[in-house]
Amino acid sequence: MGRYIIRRLLQSIIVVIGVSLLVFVILYQTGDPVVLMASPDATREEVEELRRALGFDRPWYVQYLDFLKDAARGDFGTSLRQGQPVFSLIMDRVPATLKLAFAAFAISVVVSIPVGVISATKRNSIWDNLTMGFALLGQSLPVFFLGVMLIWIFAGQLKWLPSFGQGGGSVFNQLKHLILPAVTLATFSLARNARLVRSSLLEVMGQDYIKTARSKGLVERTVVYRHGLKNALIPVVTIFGLEFGQLLSGAIITETVFAWPGVGRLIILAIQQRDFPLVVGAVMVIAMLFVVLNLLVDLLYGVIDPRVRYS
Amino acid sequence: MERKEQVAPTPALAADQPGASAARLADAEARPLAELGRRGSRRRMPRILYSLLQNKLAVFGVFILIVVTFAAIFAPYLTDHDPEAGIIIDSKKPPAWSEGGSSEYLLGTDSLGRDILTRILYGARISLVVGIVAVLIAGAIGIVLGLIAGYYGGKIDDVIMRIVDIQLAVPFILLAIAILAVLGQGLDKIIITLGISGWVTYGRVVRGQVLSWRETEFVEAARAIGARNISIMFKHILPNTYASIIIIASFAVASTILAEASLSFLGLGVPPDVPTWGGMVSAGRDYIITGDWWIYTFPGIAIMLTVLGINVVGDWLRDYLDPRLRL
Repeated sequence: MGRYIIRRLLQSIIVVIGVSLLVFVILYQTGDPVVLMASPDATREEVEELRRALGFDRPWYVQYLDFLKDAARGDFGTSLRQGQPVFSLIMDRVPATLKLAFAAFAISVVVSIPVGVISATKRNSIWDNLTMGFALLGQSLPVFFLGVMLIWIFAGQLKWLPSFGQGGGSVFNQLKHLILPAVTLATFSLARNARLVRSSLLEVMGQDYIKTARSKGLVERTVVYRHGLKNALIPVVTIFGLEFGQLLSGAIITETVFAWPGVGRLIILAIQQRDFPLVVGAVMVIAMLFVVLNLLVDLLYGVIDPRVRYS
Repeated sequence: MERKEQVAPTPALAADQPGASAARLADAEARPLAELGRRGSRRRMPRILYSLLQNKLAVFGVFILIVVTFAAIFAPYLTDHDPEAGIIIDSKKPPAWSEGGSSEYLLGTDSLGRDILTRILYGARISLVVGIVAVLIAGAIGIVLGLIAGYYGGKIDDVIMRIVDIQLAVPFILLAIAILAVLGQGLDKIIITLGISGWVTYGRVVRGQVLSWRETEFVEAARAIGARNISIMFKHILPNTYASIIIIASFAVASTILAEASLSFLGLGVPPDVPTWGGMVSAGRDYIITGDWWIYTFPGIAIMLTVLGINVVGDWLRDYLDPRLRL
């Protein structure tokens, strides 16, 4: 077990370094940002001077190795636009993104499991058909369109909820700001998970051990929840783990729609401004979050399913 | 990650492949049983069509897809308006049925006086072309790399699977944004971007299946008669993975269309004049407060219906080809 964790951690480090290399190479191709940074009336020599000063005249692999050396010590460089350390800029934004992603994740898990279970136990009932119909719709809705529609209805027409920003002050006010973005972000995964829970439970309920449980004379509720659901959740947990990465992905768009001050918006802005160090740093932070989460899910997997052996 | 990728091979399809003699024999025994299960099917109707007609949702999906394809192909003949140039005095006209609307503009006009319906019809072209071509590119990359990784194993497998891990660790949209930042705007660029960033699913699933097919008797037989590796991979193993590939591809078209719409929404796709559904929703965002809901609602519905259509057809295809496949 311990060796497994260590091996996975080493693999994770390789993956994160790979991600940084990938992004670094891609961004290097876009040309250096010096031209954009220099004042419009700078002479050619002045631009060259600035390029040398910032180190952009060196070959990319030298720049990259330099970056890696610093990154290993937690120094991701300085933002070209804002003049502040990249690491602290990103860390300032991480809480907002995590708040949004966790809220969405919680909504997705809390709603999808009961919905999926009820649909599976009352297969082909009106409830089943209705919820699965909505789930299909939810899976087909673009995140940004849902966001725009929710803003139109709840902020534009009804004026119940604010449409942008994180809000400050009281917890109530912050919650009010969180509702629309979190629901927007949650919908896709909620819809998919509800369908997954349903189909997974239906599959499990056809197994022999469920028949055994029934023939023992157990109450149907015990059969469904103790024997059925526990097994049905195994594939679901895997998806939940991978889901978090997709939530981070969706957060980029959700944050743009709702002007939510998270890492996603930071990245989009940084790409538009060609703020290299900031982009590379932010992508690495997201990749690290994702890799660590994946590892946790794999370990959790072993807790839920004792058949899994780590080797 | 190994244990998650074990996907069962699909005997049903294997029977049709050259070299799959063992599987063919097994299928011959299973056939009378399968026949019994198909009471009521007319003799002449192909099995796949019969299965489709049994599934009302899938029929609905196919209907949507036919309409969208029709719109995409015949857009210039279906409307008199120009998709890119508008008449400014006609700007922000509501749909024909509401007050102030005119029958000239069935679904209203946008802030530049362009007909929304016209732009939706032309937008179907972008969505479909991007969805289909990008999926073909992604599929080609994924299939080849998956075959190589699964067949040769060892170091080359390690390298390819690490690339998969790396790509999976970067959110899809982020990777696409980064690549687009390099390539710049344009339809061809968005297709290449989505093609490059979408191959991973194929690669993983194909590799998993190759691992289980590699050890079968018909592959060994092919090797024994001196078939070359390339021919074993492409002629003997690949056909057995077609079912999974078709299923993945059908869902991938939907997710690619969504991704294109998202990128266009972020302003990273094609130039803003070109009618894309995502770009239209984005342009309408400025008018949420003024209440001009039609500008963003109709293109959004167009995306939703198209994706819904593909998803239900994909669901049916999975049930038909390989119900056990998990993506």
